[in-house]
Amino acid sequence: MSGKSGSVVIEFRDVGLYLGGKEITQNVEFNVRKGEFVCVIGASGCGKTTLLRLVSGLYQPTTGSVHVDGKKVDGPSRDVAIVFQDYSRALLPWRTAAGNVSLALEAIGMPRAERADRIHALLGKVGLAQHAAKYPSQLSGGMQQRLQIARSLAQGASILLMDEPFGALDAMTRQSLQDEVLELAADTGATVLFVTHDLEEALYLGDRVVALYSNPGRIARIVDIPLTRPRNQLSTREEPDFLHLRRELFGLMEEIHA
Amino acid sequence: MSGWRGLIVPVVLLLLGEAAFRVFGYVGDTLAPPSAIFRGFAEAIGDGTMVTTTLQTFATVLGGTVIGAAFGLVVGCALGFWNLLYRFTYITIECLRPIPSVALLPLSLMIFGFGYKMEIAIVGFATAWPFLILTYSAISQVEPRLLEVAKVFGFGPVGTAWKLVLPAAAPRLMTALRLCIGIALVVAVTSEIVSNPQGLGHELMIAQETLRPHRMLAYLVLVGLIGWGLNNLLLWLQTRMFRHRGEVDTEVAA
Repeated sequence: MSGKSGSVVIEFRDVGLYLGGKEITQNVEFNVRKGEFVCVIGASGCGKTTLLRLVSGLYQPTTGSVHVDGKKVDGPSRDVAIVFQDYSRALLPWRTAAGNVSLALEAIGMPRAERADRIHALLGKVGLAQHAAKYPSQLSGGMQQRLQIARSLAQGASILLMDEPFGALDAMTRQSLQDEVLELAADTGATVLFVTHDLEEALYLGDRVVALYSNPGRIARIVDIPLTRPRNQLSTREEPDFLHLRRELFGLMEEIHA
Repeated sequence: MSGWRGLIVPVVLLLLGEAAFRVFGYVGDTLAPPSAIFRGFAEAIGDGTMVTTTLQTFATVLGGTVIGAAFGLVVGCALGFWNLLYRFTYITIECLRPIPSVALLPLSLMIFGFGYKMEIAIVGFATAWPFLILTYSAISQVEPRLLEVAKVFGFGPVGTAWKLVLPAAAPRLMTALRLCIGIALVVAVTSEIVSNPQGLGHELMIAQETLRPHRMLAYLVLVGLIGWGLNNLLLWLQTRMFRHRGEVDTEVAA
C-alpha cells in the first residue's frame, strides 16, 4: 500500500453498469484510501472514464454501489472534483481565467468580496497568476488544462478525479504537468483517481495501478507501485522497480488486448 | 478599410444608369435617373417626411422585434430546457409558424385599427417564430460538457441556465436577432404598403400614386440602406461581444 493506510474514501462495491442495453462495466470492486493516488489504465473504450463518472455521480450504477466517505453516491458532491480531458470544451470561453475559477467559487456560494484573493491564490498555485485576465482561447493547451485544474481545486474537494487530463498535450508539457499534479496532491493531501491510457504515466504517478479488461470493463489486476516519492522524471523512470513494473504491465496489457 | 472594393459595382451602376438616361433621353412615370433619385432624397428630407416616416418604421421594427424576440427567447428556452414541453408543443408551433404574417393583417387591423399597434403585432408575430426556433436550437447545441460542468459544480436549473447555457448560446442568439431584424424590416414595410398608413412603405405608395418615381425610388434605396445598416451594426456588435471565443482550440482532437 506504499505507506498509505488511511481510511477508505472511495469504494466500488461490485459495480455493474448498463448504458443503452450495453454492459459497460462488470463486477468492479476496489477501494481507494485517503490521500492515495490511484491510476486506472486500459484500452480505449474499456470503461475507465465510466469509473470516474460513477464516482462523480454523473452515472448511477445498474448493480452494486459506489460509496464516497462511506456514503452511497447518488449525485454530484462538492467533495468530488473532476478534471476533464477536453479542457477547451470544459472551460467557459466567455470568461477569463479568473472568471473560470470564479465559477467554482460561485457554485459553493462564496461571497464576491472573498473571491478575488482566493482566485489569485489558486491561479498562482498552477502558475497562471499573470494570465488571470486572459481568455481560454488566448492560453496554450497546457495552460488551459492548468486552469481547469485550478478551477477544480477551487471547489475545495478532497477527492480529485482526472480523466486522461494530459492525453492531448505534448510530451514536455505533459511531464511538467505530471510533476505539478503530484505536488498539488501532496500539498493538499487530496485523494486522486487518475485515468490514463499511458502505462508509464500511470506508473510514474500512482501508488497503485488498476488495469481493466475491455468489453465489458472489468478489473484485470491491481498493482502496487512501491516507488519512492517525491518522484523524478529522470531517476524514477530509471529505477529497476519502474522498469520491472513497466515490463509486467506491458505484458498484462498485451494479454488484455489479445 | 478594405471594404472599398464593394463600392465599385454600385458606383459604376449608378454612373451607367445616369448615362443611359442622358443618352436615350427617357422620361416617364416608372423610372428616374440616379440624379433625380438624389433630388428625391433631398426633397423628402427637406419637407421632413423622410425623417418622420423613417422613425415610424424604425419604431415598429424595434418594437415588433423586441416583443417577438422576447417571446421567442422565453418559449425557446422553455422548450430547450424541458424536452417534454417541446414534444407537447412542436406540432402546434410548426402549424402556426408557416402562417404568412402579412395574412394576419386583416385580423390585426380589426383588433387594433390603423397605427403602431397593428403593425407591431404583425412584426412581432413574424419575428417570434424564427427567434423561437433558433433559440431552441441554440440551447440544444450547447456543449454537453458544459452541462456536466454545471452538474459537477452543483448548479441548479436557474444557475445552470444563467451562468452556462445562456452565455454559451449567446452568439447564436445574436445571429437570430440579426436575422429577425431583417425579417422585421421586410414585414413592417410590407404592412405599410398593404394597409397601414404610416412609415416608409406608405410613403413609397404615395410617391407611386402621385407619379413621382424619383421620390419612390429614393425611398426604395433608403429601405435598402437601412436594412444594410442594421445588419452591419449588429454584425459589428456581435464580433465585438464575442471576439474572445473566435479561435477554436485545435489541439484537442478528441
